[in-house]
Amino acid sequence: MTITEFSDAPVFDQLERLLPFVQKPVQYVGGEVNARMTDWTSCDVRWALMYPDAYEVGLPNQGLQILYEVLNEQEGTLAERTYAVWPDLEALMRANSVPQFTVESHRPVGAFDVLGVSFATELGYTNMLTALDLAGIPLHAVDRNESHPIVVAGGHAAFNPETIADFIDVAVAGDGETVVLAISDAIREWKGQGSPGGREGLLLRLAAVEHVYVPAFYSVEYLPDGRIRRVVPTNPDAPWRVTKATLTDLDAWPYPKTPLVPLAETVHERASVEIFRGCTRGCRFCQAGMITRPVRERSLTGVGEMVMQSVASTGFEEVGLLSLSSADHSEIKEIAKGLADRYEESNTSLSLPSTRVDAFNIDLANELSRNGRRSGLTFAPEGGSERIRAVINKMVTEEDLVRTVTTAYAAGWRQVKLYFMCGLPTETDDDVLQIARLAREVIRVGREVTGTRDIRCTVSIGGFVPKPHTPFQWAAQLGHEETDARLALLRDEIRGDRQFGKAIGLRYHDGKPGIVEGILSRGDRRVGRVIEEAWRDGARFDGWSEHFSFDRWMSAAERGLAGTGVDVAWYTTRERQHDEVLPWDHIDSGLDKEWLWADWQDALAEVEVEDCRWTPCFDCGVCDQLDTSIDIGPTGVTMLPLTPVDRSHLHSSDLPGSDLPGSDLQGQAQ
Amino acid sequence: MARSPGREIVPPVQKLRMRYAKRGRLRFASHRDLARSFERALRRVGIPMAFSAGFNPHPKISYANAVPTGTASEAEYLEIGVLAELDPDAVRHALNAVLPDGMTIEDVVVARSNDLIARLEAGEWVIELPGVEPQVAAEAVEQFLAQAEIEVERKTKGGLRRFDARGAVVSLTECSQAASDQPCAILSLVVRHGTPSVRPDDILAALKAVADLAPPFPPRITRLAQGPLDEDARTVQDPFLPDRGESTVGS
Repeated sequence: MTITEFSDAPVFDQLERLLPFVQKPVQYVGGEVNARMTDWTSCDVRWALMYPDAYEVGLPNQGLQILYEVLNEQEGTLAERTYAVWPDLEALMRANSVPQFTVESHRPVGAFDVLGVSFATELGYTNMLTALDLAGIPLHAVDRNESHPIVVAGGHAAFNPETIADFIDVAVAGDGETVVLAISDAIREWKGQGSPGGREGLLLRLAAVEHVYVPAFYSVEYLPDGRIRRVVPTNPDAPWRVTKATLTDLDAWPYPKTPLVPLAETVHERASVEIFRGCTRGCRFCQAGMITRPVRERSLTGVGEMVMQSVASTGFEEVGLLSLSSADHSEIKEIAKGLADRYEESNTSLSLPSTRVDAFNIDLANELSRNGRRSGLTFAPEGGSERIRAVINKMVTEEDLVRTVTTAYAAGWRQVKLYFMCGLPTETDDDVLQIARLAREVIRVGREVTGTRDIRCTVSIGGFVPKPHTPFQWAAQLGHEETDARLALLRDEIRGDRQFGKAIGLRYHDGKPGIVEGILSRGDRRVGRVIEEAWRDGARFDGWSEHFSFDRWMSAAERGLAGTGVDVAWYTTRERQHDEVLPWDHIDSGLDKEWLWADWQDALAEVEVEDCRWTPCFDCGVCDQLDTSIDIGPTGVTMLPLTPVDRSHLHSSDLPGSDLPGSDLQGQAQ
Repeated sequence: MARSPGREIVPPVQKLRMRYAKRGRLRFASHRDLARSFERALRRVGIPMAFSAGFNPHPKISYANAVPTGTASEAEYLEIGVLAELDPDAVRHALNAVLPDGMTIEDVVVARSNDLIARLEAGEWVIELPGVEPQVAAEAVEQFLAQAEIEVERKTKGGLRRFDARGAVVSLTECSQAASDQPCAILSLVVRHGTPSVRPDDILAALKAVADLAPPFPPRITRLAQGPLDEDARTVQDPFLPDRGESTVGS
């Protein structure tokens, strides 16, 4: 499709004519409360920020909302948002030559200086290709010229940007807040000087920016057996290794300050406040925990202020206290109590989306639900047997788990959800069958403790996909057929139980999507052709089961990898050896590869590792190599009381001295 | 799902009725989308809402006859129950300051009469048809009005339904003013509410059936008014008149 040279004129009028014919048109019109409409002409650096999934998934994304505010606060810089359009609108846009647009000014994405794409998961890659194509931006970075935006990939998946190296100009590893500002500065300077050296000139300047990786300046050499020999910079300005960015002092970065309030219904109808970043629990499967070290907490005061401002500026009924393991905040008890007191008489509810298996969490959950619903609690033991939990370093004993869950039942919770994974390294059928035994035990003791049969437990289980920068980066992924067989065994075991089976729900996904995620996660540059082939065959929205096609991906892989000597199994179910150069080795997450290897060996030996917040350092490498440190409390401060809000102006003038309380955010009269 | 013990259900001390508009891009919002936006605006402003009883209390809000997704309106109605005597104008200003662009509270009155919904007897609509010559539309309207009954089909939750789209129509006219280089017919419609309620898209379906009128672009539909029907003048009156202590004609 050709779209006439990048006009910056809004395309809303053309789009509007298509909207009566698509599902949920409201997702394309913007107009969210707290959306920023920065003046186009007063800015010289313009970002289009994309979350490569549907609006309903992308809008609540915290990373994007943070960068959106950070960029729009800068003089001369603007940021607008764009999301993946559903196939119904895509078809109409192609037929009517309407380009990929932003939801603020509805300008074509091709008119921006930068297209920043945030990848929480690899399954968004094909949606990026759709957006590039609809925008009229050449799919391959090498085919772009100065009129095209710089395409930047960020988010956790960007810690292995190799599979999308053909399609992006730049990848950023780590926290984006300061890096987007540095990229803006580099672009502004280059434009101000009359764009010296053209696009290549700009890319060279970007390659010199800390934490920025420009794939075009690296060449990959392969061994005869298909493994990587080495990855070499081809330009003296490109560093051998690109280190991740680490934000320090979260209190200085209270973003998002005024979260977006969508018109359309989204997957998370709440405001979120990030209470800390990073996690050192050391779960060996968890990429997020490994690549976000060290732990950096937001202070009690900082959390309190952000919650207050979020509620006041959005009107959301729920505030989620986000992090990788929220109960681990050093002052979580004080935070929970402070917020519960503050919102006691209101209809504002608080939630801790990620909690570990610990009775302390029940106290927290009880506190936070003082005036809210007490419907369900979620825990993630991840592995069914104590043996496999030692392998993955999820330090939970069966006794802990049963006690925690039954405490929850006793406290009035009726529904408990337990998350597990299937296909973990060294896993046997028995490890997975233990999940059924565990669930039965939870129900048995729960019935005993509560004296009622009105309790339920839902087991949710997904296939494990080994990820880069984790101790399991060398592990063989379990094949999809084996995964499905193991899940079937578990299903039969639970369904066959007469006494407890009816109280246990089972939710699982088949193993096929995990194989595609596997090749995208641990692939190298040769996988780019697979992505492109799959996309040309119609792959879109691969995270949605109704759009995902395993056969399409396998046929794309056959064509895309033809002649390379490697195949899907080579990327997924093959175990890597110690001396293998991994495709992402030149992206430096701070973790020492030798430490990761030792941790992998410990996993195989079923040896557990403690959390470095409470024990001496294990030399994972992050703090030393990146000159960062653990930043946790307690600080000893208390939560600030709320400033009373005057609402007397709402009252009828004929009612002097009306008794409407002003100090309550909810305005709930006494 | 139980709320904490001790929460008392306090009955509202005042009911406020509101007319609001849904304009521009917001016409693509569904009724549920607007309801969520409105409830969040109430929370941001701090309106002391009354809540329903039950396991999962909801603020007391009732909505009347919402227009379909894709349709604009100048005359949507709702009613809220509050726990203090509030000044209607102050409430209107406060809400308009925080509502999303395109949703505007146009009128707020204290409820001083019975059922508002029963007074919404009829609706007045304007239907813009870009790309349709006014003369062509006027002729189609003439054929429409000449019929006593026109059956149309519409998909409902219960499947395909056939019903008469002519009987409920009080008036239908082509009313575009000056000719321009971009032809755009404009239809003005007054239709009596009933079951099933006849909507502008049913009228368009009927115009297609009797006169083969097929607009090349999606029509732009706006509800202008709802209220008691003045049969003689064939107009729709302000349904808030009784709340303001005035009387209506014909209802």
